[in-house]
Amino acid sequence: MTQELLYNIASIGLFGIGLYGLIVAPHIVRKILAINIMSMGVFMLLVASASNVNGTPDPVLHAMVLTGIVVAIAGTAMALFLAGKIHTLGQASDKDDH
Amino acid sequence: MDAFLTVDTLLPMLVGLPLLAAILTTLLKSYGLRTSISIAVALIQLVIVVALLSWLSNSGPSLDTQHQRYSLGGWGAPLGIDLTIDGFSALMLALTATLTLVLTIYSGYYFSEPHSQLDKTARFWPLWWLLIMGINGLFLSGDIFNIYVTLEIIGLAAVALVALDGSRAALTAALRYLLVGLLGSLCYLLAVALLYRTYGTLDLAQLSAIAEPTAITWAALALITTGLLLKTALVPLHFWLPLAHGSAPAPVSAILSALVVKTTLYLLARFWLDALEPAATDYGLLMLGMLGAAAIFWGSIQALRAKRLKLMVAYSTVAQLGYLFLLFPLFLSTGDTRDAGLSGSAVSAVAYFIVAHACAKAAMFLAAGNIMRTVGHDEIDQLPGLAKYMPLSLFTFAIAGASLIGLPPSAGFISKWLLLNVAIDTGQWWWVVIILSGGLMAAMYVFRVLNIAFISVDEKVQTEPKSSINEQLTVNKLPTLMPLCAFLLAILTIILGFNAELILDLVTIGGDV
Repeated sequence: MTQELLYNIASIGLFGIGLYGLIVAPHIVRKILAINIMSMGVFMLLVASASNVNGTPDPVLHAMVLTGIVVAIAGTAMALFLAGKIHTLGQASDKDDH
Repeated sequence: MDAFLTVDTLLPMLVGLPLLAAILTTLLKSYGLRTSISIAVALIQLVIVVALLSWLSNSGPSLDTQHQRYSLGGWGAPLGIDLTIDGFSALMLALTATLTLVLTIYSGYYFSEPHSQLDKTARFWPLWWLLIMGINGLFLSGDIFNIYVTLEIIGLAAVALVALDGSRAALTAALRYLLVGLLGSLCYLLAVALLYRTYGTLDLAQLSAIAEPTAITWAALALITTGLLLKTALVPLHFWLPLAHGSAPAPVSAILSALVVKTTLYLLARFWLDALEPAATDYGLLMLGMLGAAAIFWGSIQALRAKRLKLMVAYSTVAQLGYLFLLFPLFLSTGDTRDAGLSGSAVSAVAYFIVAHACAKAAMFLAAGNIMRTVGHDEIDQLPGLAKYMPLSLFTFAIAGASLIGLPPSAGFISKWLLLNVAIDTGQWWWVVIILSGGLMAAMYVFRVLNIAFISVDEKVQTEPKSSINEQLTVNKLPTLMPLCAFLLAILTIILGFNAELILDLVTIGGDV
């Protein structure tokens, strides 16, 4: 029981830290990291919910976490690409200004 | 023939066909082939939806819930994933198929121009079909985790489409849209985790049977609402929408405003009125309505102040989305409608409003795209006398505008009239004031554009903008089908205005899943 509670509190905590970072962090890479911390919180809750003391863990939740990780990777990759492209374009337009 | 027309064959095709189109358009190198395949697939999709609709209306209201389901791979709920259909989702699918066909034809011309680079068109079609697949999948999903997956497919495809332009402004808008979308889906996923832990099922229908008004259900509903409101762009969570919808290519703006924001609204209606209904408190319903009212005012004011035409149309979407949230409080005070689930009169009114707004807004964005394409910019103040050069596009804009304002005989008139009816029936007269003043403000921003565009050329005979329009017009001659596509959508809002019964009957079929 205490172990389960620990996981629950930790995952909600991670979600909260990530949310705070997403709103407060000024830099885009920090925002992307914050989103990832939030998703870790959700995944941890899913994995912790799958545990079953008396029997086999729930495979549905494991499948959900796997899908979630794939989505998180795709989203992060896309965000990093866009951020990089914006950065490059910004540098190019800065040079034009000078 | 009857054996063919069943959910077992039709439902999976609606998801599989766009996916096939996405793969084919990725593999094929020729531009002409990609476009013709896309148009063919869009046509087939419309035929499938029409078959589905005829099957649904033949089955009538006595539809057996067993026949509304298709289990993917033969694995039923709770283990497998079910595709389901009822009147509400069938209507949304029909809307998607119709808009897809018109917008696909329009895009074929929009991206064929020499000054749009070829690699841009190479990226457009696969993303377009992935987006359509996600939308179809979302309307068909009967499983809350599958809905999460479709939400992400829609989100990622939409972001990539917004970024297609490649300019810094478009990329920045896309990045912001992506972060908001990811935040929204994470909130949703957390709610899915909570619901599965508590109830042990992911199936919407099973969930609605066993959901209880506990703290966990309430928390899950709050998370789902926050996440989906972010994606629906309800004031005050609308900050990302105007830039994203205003920077995208015209057909993309059209589908984002017409369909993508409505998908999440559709989900909100499902969760609040059906699946998690026990946890939907009166205060929550009232709060959604008040946010909707705020959206009507804020969106209209910003639309009035917008300098660019596409930005104005985007802010008008923020305002019009507000109307759709008036559904929630209208649902509250009628005990009868509350029991009726998704077949109540408030839901019919909102389903009709979604269809009306989708056609009008898509027509408006296409007209704005035509203007931008021809004139080279969309600064509203720089468009005097435009009506003389682009009569069809301006006429389209005017008809779509009339529907947004709610003038008869457009679909916008019927949809507002339906909302007013429900508001008066349930004795909530204050919403009437908001609905009517919203229409007045829509009239102000639509007529502001028309006023400038219809300034007679004599008054402005020596001015710079007019001659530049004239020069631009000879350079950027539009293919005739582009204004025609926009016009077709505008005409559709009038046709819908005369055939409201059809849609309203459809929504009630199999409403209480």
